[in-house]
Formats: sequence, structure tokens, C-alpha cells
Amino acid sequence: MIRSLLLAASVLALAPAALAQTIAITGGKIVTNTPQGVIDSGTIVFRDGKVVSVGTAAPPTGATVIDAKGKWITPGLFAAFSRVGLSELDSEDPTNDTSASGSDFQASLRASDSFNPDDTAIDVTRIEGFTRAAIVGAPGKGLFGGYGAIVDTSGAFGSINNRDVFMFARMGEAGAGAAGGSRAAAWNWLLTAIDDAKAYPRGFEDDGEGDLLVRKEAVALKPVVEGRVPLMVEVHNASDILQLLSLRQREPRIRLVILGATEGWRVADQIAAAQVPVIVNPLQNLPDRFEVLAATLENAGRLEKAGVTVAIADPNEGTHNTRFILQLAGNAVANGMTWDAAFKAISSVPAALYGRTDLGVLRQGAIADLVIWDGDPLELTSNPDAVYIDGLPTSMESRQTKLRDRYLKLDEPLPQAYERQ
Amino acid sequence: MQVWKLIPLVALVASACATTPIDTSTDGSTTSQASEPVKAMPRRVAYNADPYPSTYKPLPSDDVLIRNATVYDGLGGEIKGGAVLIQGGKITAVGSEAAMTMPAGIKTIDATGKFVTPGIIDIHSHLGAYPSPGIGAHQDGNEVSAPVTAEVWVEHSIWPQDPGFTRAMAGGVTAMQILPGSANLFGGRGVIIKAVPATTAQGMKFPGAPYTLKMACGENPKRVYGYGGGRFPGGAPFSRMGNVAGYREAWQRAVEYKRKWDKYNADFDAWEKKVKSPAPKTDDKGPGDPPNAPDRNLELDTLMGVLNGEILVQQHCYRADEMAQIIDLSKEFGYKVSAFHHGVEAYKVAGLLAANGICGALWADWWGFKAEAYDGIRENIPMVHNATGGCAIVHSDDANGIQRLNQEAAKALADGRRVGIDISNAVAWTWLSRNPAKALGILDKTGTLESGKAADVVIWSGDPFSVYTRADIVFVDGAVTWDRSNEARRPVTDFELGQPGEGDVK
Repeated sequence: MIRSLLLAASVLALAPAALAQTIAITGGKIVTNTPQGVIDSGTIVFRDGKVVSVGTAAPPTGATVIDAKGKWITPGLFAAFSRVGLSELDSEDPTNDTSASGSDFQASLRASDSFNPDDTAIDVTRIEGFTRAAIVGAPGKGLFGGYGAIVDTSGAFGSINNRDVFMFARMGEAGAGAAGGSRAAAWNWLLTAIDDAKAYPRGFEDDGEGDLLVRKEAVALKPVVEGRVPLMVEVHNASDILQLLSLRQREPRIRLVILGATEGWRVADQIAAAQVPVIVNPLQNLPDRFEVLAATLENAGRLEKAGVTVAIADPNEGTHNTRFILQLAGNAVANGMTWDAAFKAISSVPAALYGRTDLGVLRQGAIADLVIWDGDPLELTSNPDAVYIDGLPTSMESRQTKLRDRYLKLDEPLPQAYERQ
Repeated sequence: MQVWKLIPLVALVASACATTPIDTSTDGSTTSQASEPVKAMPRRVAYNADPYPSTYKPLPSDDVLIRNATVYDGLGGEIKGGAVLIQGGKITAVGSEAAMTMPAGIKTIDATGKFVTPGIIDIHSHLGAYPSPGIGAHQDGNEVSAPVTAEVWVEHSIWPQDPGFTRAMAGGVTAMQILPGSANLFGGRGVIIKAVPATTAQGMKFPGAPYTLKMACGENPKRVYGYGGGRFPGGAPFSRMGNVAGYREAWQRAVEYKRKWDKYNADFDAWEKKVKSPAPKTDDKGPGDPPNAPDRNLELDTLMGVLNGEILVQQHCYRADEMAQIIDLSKEFGYKVSAFHHGVEAYKVAGLLAANGICGALWADWWGFKAEAYDGIRENIPMVHNATGGCAIVHSDDANGIQRLNQEAAKALADGRRVGIDISNAVAWTWLSRNPAKALGILDKTGTLESGKAADVVIWSGDPFSVYTRADIVFVDGAVTWDRSNEARRPVTDFELGQPGEGDVK
């Protein structure tokens, strides 16, 4: 059923006129991420890339109907933190644009300028159910990693959806090292950069430089200090988190997002009171640095209970195995997070974090990014049968599936190089 | 004519597994204990093959019957409503409780709704050598002073207080191989340990397990040395052909070293025979002096152990073409590769590995972090398994991954099924215990639930291939090493004492 639909749909994708077609997926268990909750056997209708309806009504006449009985239908997954599209081979510098340690500019670097829609990891990520990702570079020197972007995983040339949606900075042990060797130096760096940006342009009239930043970097940070885009700060240690939260008194306009928050459970009430969202790796349970000695598998669940807005991703991963976020969410559930919160943490929560409330949810008017799964999406043994982006079915092939298919049958008469798909 | 007093010989060659106490001189060799006037019979020069012996003792245990469980026996079988009987630290029965005889009043654990499996064996870990926290002082996994360091033994780097050991235990791991890193062509000896807390590395060593040798292919050795940017000694290898030349040069030296020792032992045998059966009295010459032993070389001791079939080669290798080269290398010098580790392209040569009896110790889905990992696919493990005679192993190489190897197996299993490689859950469990035990030479002791084997057993809260399942109770040699519901059996390392989060759920 699915296969025949996909064939029809791929034809549809080639014919713009067919965009006007209405598609209805029926009989599946629909996770809406809205007050409608989970609909056990529902129908979702979409047209022109937008969701028309979600519920239990019969599909409209004239719609192309896809039977998804026994399947799960969810919004497309949204990677809260990723570097997909920024590196083809991590160890090969010419292919790796995740950071620029040789550049004098850092805050003014934009991940969207490095994004490569042909990166093979994009297909690999999409066929596991991810339709969107927030991507950003790593700090090459100093604290700032530059501007993050929202991309879709279609692999199309136009797949950068939103540029410059958040600024990334790294504090804690890594920030201390980058700022000259101590947390005091990092904190001083951050505040000075903020002050320079606030003072721009007036403070730059004499010599074109602030106390720390050159003009270009100050311009880049201006939207951050004015609260127009969030500042995502990677920080793990409980006291480092509190220090960061104290910035709220000094700079009430800055909108903070915490990446990491490995010891967040120790100061969960303070994070919740400050209404600062966090992006955590729920599997971080090793004291692999002195700033994460209190790491526990229960961090995500404890943060949820305290009322913190939690998204899930791995700050250390992201170029090739963004898909690992799914496994992180499942393990969060195994360690005390609710299924609902864990699923939202990889879909609607990150979407909203970056202002995309039209993604990560299945409701009328939302973007029709959705995935048909053969089971509970958080289960290790489940896989997507189909992935839709903007209402269009996408290819379920990747360079990996092509390699697999080439070698599934060994002992062919001709070398594999003649195997064309 | 020299008079030799015949005294019992403790025939120990350098590569023999020493279980008999021997007296050693300060250089570590056994020597003659001269006494006048009759000169003592010189002993054969030989070296203790086990100078850092295991002091592991199983933790105290009770006999116990685990009942009403779904059992994956590690041989590929599944028993619903099954039981596992543990007595004296050993498995004494597996199967139907009704068919078992046991003492009245034996302790029982009702495992209704739960699953029981052999303990997970991770064939590729660096715990203790690259411990948490990963500070500079703890970087003990690569001896980057030269590309050939077969003389180093990773057990001398193991820090038993690595909190990673307790995390691995919580993940259902009961034994693991600790390996040196992959910077070197010959990284040194690996060691097999039990997943138990101890104050010394010797206290964790798996009794009776063989030694192993870590070797590495590909990008790492040439990057560290040839292109090390001055950080390391530099020089060869700069290339993959340099890698192979480096292996061959070392193996050739090992062949010659072994020849010297074989000759020495043969000459000593002949001399000893002459001593024991003196020539006719008319011949005044006698047996003469015993032959001189070759100088000892610690690096070549390890390589000779491989050539003698006593040390198992664990070969880090990503690319299919390099695995084929290594197989030919092993045939050129007359040894066997036990397992290819990482083998991201093993699926391309699954038949070749199977035909040569070599296991693939693999990740479920790591790829792309370097060129030799570019062709990684999610079906690698099931495709290696699927070759006739194929032997797949799920490995971690990672302090996080070791905590959920069952989850990695689950992903591989599901991906295999989606392309028609239909493997049962019970058969997939062989990737986690039996196959690694085989490639480590400890399958006679652990790795399956069979009567007479060590009771290395895990009770899971549910199907271990579900993401929602956790290890409830872990047994090593019948003793509870980890119990999720009992704080008293959730070990806390010295390092974590007095730290934030001490004793928390980890």
C-alpha cells in the first residue's frame, strides 16, 4: 500500500500541478503534539504542503488515500542541535566546515553559509524520520560559534529555511580554556562582548573597535543583546548554570537557551523559574569531565518534573549520527521522562524554541512534515516507512542504502562496480 | 667430566601458560640453583608467562533459581517460561524448572515478564586505560613512542577506579577485553577482565583467559606517525604500504626470534637427553655445557606468543581491502586473526571473513567520522552474520556504548530484517556473548547459559531489545555485581566518593 502510494507520490513530486492534490492518511495512530494528544486510529489530511485536518472524520472525497493501519503517524522530527550538512568527513578539513579556528571572526559566522544540501548525511538523517534540524558551527576560537540556522532534510538547494535564528556560545571548561584559561576569563569575555554589542555603534565611532570585539562581531551580536534571537550557551556544571542564569538580572532582554545542562537536575527549580529551555543528552551519565561529576541518567526526567522545557540532542554529535537523538529520547523514557515529553523534546519543543510553532505539530495549518512509522518511533526496532516534507513524499534512499543493496548479494558474476540502481 | 645432578625440570617456555610456581631470578628467568660440590643440573631458561597473575575471586554468592523468565540461552535458543539454576557460582541447569533437581528451600527469583540472558561481553573497550574523567593525566591507552610497541601490556595502564566500569556493569556487561588504542601498528597486549569492582587490575583479570594483541590498520598509525605534525616521534609509516611494511618487518623479526627459541629448546632437549643417557665410558667428552639461551626481547615475546597460537590477534581495520591484505599477511607469517574490530566495510567481504574463521566486531551505525568509515551501513552486523559461517559481534570502543550494547544489537537486528535478513532475537544475542567469548578464547568458560559454565547472567526488566528495558540484576560467577533495586549492590568508585552525585542513579 505504502509502496504504491510512494510511486504515485514520486510522480506527484515531479508534477507541480499535482501539488494541489489532497492526501489523506487513514487508520494510523497519530501523535499530534497538540491538545488532541494521540489519536489511536485517525485520519490526517494535507494539501499544498499544509495540514488540513487531523481527527477521525472520513477522508474528503477526491483525496488520495493512504492506508496506514497499524502504523504510527508523527510530525517530522526536529533535531534541536545538529551539524548535519556541515561536514562530509569529520577528519578531512576541506570537507569539514563545522568550525574555523583560523578565522578572526566567530560570532559573525553563519552556519547557513557553510551548509551543503548534498552532504550524504542529510539523506541518512531524513530516512530515520528527521525533517528539520537546527545547525550551528562550533567555536573555532573564543566563546562564540556563530549563528545557527534551520534547515530541512530534503537535500534541495532551497533547504535552508531560516538563517540566523540563534547565536551559539560555549562556557564551562571549554569556554574557560578558549577565553584564556579560567572561568573568570570566560565570564569577563562574555560580558565584555555583550557590552560591546550594546554599545555599538556609538562606542565604535573613534577607532572602530570595542573593548573586545571588532565592528563586524559587535554587529553580529546586536540582535542577541536586544533579545531578537536567542543566545544558546553550552554549560554543564550546576554552578556554571547558576552563573549563567544570573545574567538574566544584568541583561533581562537576552533570551537564553542552555545546551548540555548535564547537572541541570541539581538546579532544576532555578532553571524552571528562569523559564530557560534546555537541550540535554539524557544518556550523559559518566563523570568524563570535572564539570559533569553529578551526571545521571535521570537528568531529563527530573528536569521535566521540575517544569523545565526540555529538548533532547547530543552536544557532541551531529554531523553524521543526528539520528541518534531518537535513541536518546527512548532512553530518557526508560529513565523517568514521560513518553509525551520525550517525543515533544525531539519535535515540537525544539521547533518552538526557534520560533517555528508551525513545525513539530500536526494541527490544521501546520506544515505537513510527517512520518509514517512501522511502530513506536522511540523503539530501537522501529523505522520510518515514509517521510513527508512540506507535504511531499521524499526518497527513502541514501548513499548507505545504495551501498547495502549493492552488497546484499555477494558472488555475482560481475564486480559490484557494475551494479547500478 | 662435568657431573650434573638430575633435578626435576620445570619445563617452562616463554610462551607456556605457567600455572606451577617457579623460582625466578631477578631478571625474571628461571636459572640453575648451583650447589657444591655436585653442580646442580642447569634448568632450561624460560620465562614466566603469567607474571601479573589474576587475583580475582568471585564475590560471595547464594545458590539461586531464576524462574518464569524468557531465556535467550546465548546459543540461539529461546525458552519461554524458562528457568536458570545457579549453584556454587556455576550454571547447573537451564530450561524447564520441572526437569531440574535442586535442594529444597533454594532461593528463588521470580522473573515473570522478565528476560534472562548470558552477560554481555564487550570485545572492545578502553575502560581504565582511557577512563573518566578524561583528563590529561589519564591518557594511558596509546604508547605513542613508536609504531611497534608489542611489549606494552594494557593491564599496566588500567585504573580500576574508572567509574565507567560501574556504568558498564549496569548495562549488563559481565566481561570485557581492554585493548590499547589504535595509534600503533602493534599497540600491545590486551587483557580480558571480569566486570567487577576491584582495587587492582589483577583483581579484575579473567582467570585462565588468553592474552591478546592489538594491531591497527589504516589511517590511525600513518596519521599519528607520518603526519603527526611533530607531536610524535615521526617517521614511518606515512602510508598504508608503510603500515604493511611495518607489520612485515616486525613479524619477520618475530619469526627469527621464535626460530632461535625453538632451536634453543631443541638443543636443550638434546643436551638433556645426553645428560640422562650418558655416552659409553670410553667416550670422555660427555654432554658438554648446555646451550645458551637467546637474549630476551619483550616485544618479540608477545609476537612469538601469537606465532605459537597462544596470543589472539585483535585487528583494528575499517576497509574491506585492508582486511583482505591483513588476512594474507597472517598467512604469510603463519598466525590467525581472531577478530577484525570496527570493520565498517566488513559487509563487503563477509564471505572472506567467514571463510577464514574471523569474527567481525562491529558498531551498529557509526560512520563518516573519517574516510575509512565513509562506507558504513546500518546492516553491517546482520550482513556479516548472514554469510555462511559468519561471526558477528557487537562492540563498543566507547564508555557510553558499552552501557547499551543490547540496544546497538537491536538496531542492527531490525535493520537486517527490513532487508530480508531474518534473524531471531535469540540468535541475535549470540552477537553479544557467545561470539565475543569465542573470539576471546573464553567460550569454554562463559558466553552461553550452559550447565557447567560460569553463572555470568543478566535479568532484564523486559525484552532486552527494547529501548525501555534496563538490566535489573547482573551476576558474575553467580554473585550479584549490580542490582538496580538494591543500593547496596550498586557500586560507587573511590573517585566518586565525596563528589556531587555520589551514589546517585547512574
